[in-house]
Amino acid sequence: MDFITLIDKSVLIVIIFAVSLVTAMYSTYGERKIAAFFQDRLGPTNAGPWGLLQPLADGGKLFMKEEIIPDQANKALFILGPSIAMLTACMTSAVIPWGKDLYFFDHNIVLQVADVNIGLLYVFGVVSLGVYGALIGGWASNNKFSLMGAIRAASQNISYELAMGLSIISIIMLTGSLSLRDIVEQQAGFNWNIWYQPLAFLIFFVCALAETNRAPFDLPECETELVGGYHTEYSSMKLGFYLFAEYINMFISAAVISALFFGGYNFPFMNSIGLSSNAIALLGVGFFFIKILFFIFLFMWVRWTIPRFRYDQLMKLGWEILIPLSIVNIIITGLVILIKEGSLF
Amino acid sequence: MQPTHIPIDYLPIFMQFIFAFGFVATTILATHFLGPKRAGKSKLEAFECGIESVGNARSPFSIKYFLTAILFVLFDIEVIFMYPWAVNFRELGLQGFVAMLIFISLLLVGFLYEIRRKALDWE
Amino acid sequence: MNTIQYKFNPSYLEDSEPLKTKLSGLKSQEMIINLGPQHPSTHGVLRLEVVTDGEIVKDVIPHLGYLHRCFEKHAETLPFNQIIPYVDRMDYVAAMNSEHAFAMGVEKMLGISEQIPKRVEYIRVLVAELNRLASHFVAIGSYGVDIGAFTPFLWMMRDREHIQRLLEWVCGARMLYNYIWIGGLFYDLPLGFEEQCEQFSTYLKPKLKESENLLINNKIFINRTANVGVLPLDLAINYGVTGPMIRASGLKYDIRKTDAYSVYPEIDFSIPIGKGEMGKTGDCWDRTYVRMQECFESIKIIDKCIEMLKKEHKRNKDFDPQALVPKKIRPQAMDFYIRAENPKGELGFFFRTDGKSDIPVRCKARSCCFSNLSVLSTISKDIYIADLIAIIGSFDFVMGEVDR
Repeated sequence: MDFITLIDKSVLIVIIFAVSLVTAMYSTYGERKIAAFFQDRLGPTNAGPWGLLQPLADGGKLFMKEEIIPDQANKALFILGPSIAMLTACMTSAVIPWGKDLYFFDHNIVLQVADVNIGLLYVFGVVSLGVYGALIGGWASNNKFSLMGAIRAASQNISYELAMGLSIISIIMLTGSLSLRDIVEQQAGFNWNIWYQPLAFLIFFVCALAETNRAPFDLPECETELVGGYHTEYSSMKLGFYLFAEYINMFISAAVISALFFGGYNFPFMNSIGLSSNAIALLGVGFFFIKILFFIFLFMWVRWTIPRFRYDQLMKLGWEILIPLSIVNIIITGLVILIKEGSLF
Repeated sequence: MQPTHIPIDYLPIFMQFIFAFGFVATTILATHFLGPKRAGKSKLEAFECGIESVGNARSPFSIKYFLTAILFVLFDIEVIFMYPWAVNFRELGLQGFVAMLIFISLLLVGFLYEIRRKALDWE
Repeated sequence: MNTIQYKFNPSYLEDSEPLKTKLSGLKSQEMIINLGPQHPSTHGVLRLEVVTDGEIVKDVIPHLGYLHRCFEKHAETLPFNQIIPYVDRMDYVAAMNSEHAFAMGVEKMLGISEQIPKRVEYIRVLVAELNRLASHFVAIGSYGVDIGAFTPFLWMMRDREHIQRLLEWVCGARMLYNYIWIGGLFYDLPLGFEEQCEQFSTYLKPKLKESENLLINNKIFINRTANVGVLPLDLAINYGVTGPMIRASGLKYDIRKTDAYSVYPEIDFSIPIGKGEMGKTGDCWDRTYVRMQECFESIKIIDKCIEMLKKEHKRNKDFDPQALVPKKIRPQAMDFYIRAENPKGELGFFFRTDGKSDIPVRCKARSCCFSNLSVLSTISKDIYIADLIAIIGSFDFVMGEVDR
């Protein structure tokens, strides 16, 4: 890896970082505006035009707030918890392909931080590390509500990770690769995976809701039972990290969903409109973000429409419905591929 | 695309880690110095809905949660076996599919046993 | 003999000990969690001592008294007409209904209840039903929040806002009205109120249907509430449960019908009861369903009241709502009990007067929320924590009335 590539990568990392932070920040704004729209009210209006500066004001407020660490808490772990949550949230974006390669004066810019051959496994690995954030933070608080929220978060996340991992296998069978770039490349044009794997998409979407602790799976932090769940004791930016990590995770989940099922940066007629490859790459990035924003909207739509599951219903859904369904999906996919290739009969 | 993947491919990930770590550390430090500090005895108590806390939160809690975790570990390892198979599905063909069917049926037997034994029920 | 005698029993003290469950008596996995007094889902300052085993609730011990404001003692030092503002503050989400009950009781004691003009009665029923709607909106909406759906709550609050504006127009206050006086009303309705009210009722019907579809017909909502917190009818009767809760358990018991007070016998409305459509009769879903249906019935009553106020008992210049307000409220010496259907159940007032002063010797409020709440720990054994929240929410109590 030469020096110029490294500089490319550093710039890309900074840009992706900034983009995901800004998207997460404005998701909070978007969430409030969308919720307001659903609920017949206005949402934030005072900070800046249409309240556009509200996320900045919120962020600034979180910076200036008093940081409270309870006496009974384990100080080091108390700080470690939100840090892990934020760190893992920031790490997932590394393997997502944001667009086709750009060419400038025979220099090739890859719009992906790291094209590793186990991209999907990397995403799952980092996401499953994220549960430590909630678990450590909740345990360190030494508060019963936090503890229950933390345990709930752990058991919920691991249960849905299984179904999520299983639902992906059919995609991998279609593609024959774990690299996200390969998976996206195979969906060129309008040849999206969603046409072949609608069931896998459904399972994956439900699991993504659960993994990001969004309603109707927001049991770990559900206000009406556990006050604030694992972040009951948190204040200042440490609370901010937890909330922020959720929004970044939502952004990343939306990106992964669009990459896996909706063709990532591919868009219909991309090869027949006769544009230069750079223009198509940039348009592709645009389309990718439109898809991501749509899924973020979908996440919010779900949250503001339906009530929350109960713990046992959540476990039942995860273990007794989603896992068998995804296994069935794997078998059907395998059969169909074999029949198509003519090796079955 | 490179046909082979070498450890240097992971260098950008490491760079991103350093970047993310720096961001998290600076933010935590910044808030530590920026915010006011007015500690008080009752402020630093654990929240227990406005009354004095009873007992310690770090007492043993229900084993049911632990059971879920154990089951997860079991199943996750088995699911991990399916990834390499899925990647090489087309090459392995029918033979691989039959082998995986046997594997899945074994897994399902365990799964059914676990559901029958109500390992996931709370009652 | 003016005092009521109680027999003291030492075991009463044990029941009210701050911590009934001792840590040492717990099994190793059990944990005591205090829900409340500062907890988002206890609807005020109820404190529940919950013994849990993981997600399962083993025992619930409610502790009351965080909002005790000595209503009864206050009432025993004030003339009857000055008690009304205190009555407002008992069930602060349905103040008009409480006022109606109280004023009606004192009027009956004075023997002037037959002379109250029909227009006054219709206005009373109108505002009381408006307030019943508002109270049910709070109940259903906040129940949605308890279950995890936030949007229905704000829809309900939006519609409640219209009611509060109407009531503010009537008497100047949004929650604590002091509008229904003994012998009459503070004011007549403001000009144009009937038309506004009509508009509101036509606006409300589709909106209410919409909220019903969003919340109580939702699959997850049904899963969360059906077969949860089942309150059998015999248990409900034994605990003195009233209001929507006992109707949800399947008994057609509504004091508006059984006592036929005020002008309710002249108005046609039905009593919705729980039929166990989604699960067993008397579960949380039935309670919410009954409240929702009662809202539709209340709209019917409001429509009828407006019709009567516009046609038969029209506004005229000579009408003085304060004409019958007595200068001196001094009932004869008696024991008297009046009850009325509050949105939450049977609200009763017991008065003991000596005939010599304007002040009641004893004034006891029979709080519906208190009786309804008393059944909580009986039906919440071996349930999920989330179910406990669902049960508490479905009771729809106001701590102001429980503690008085």
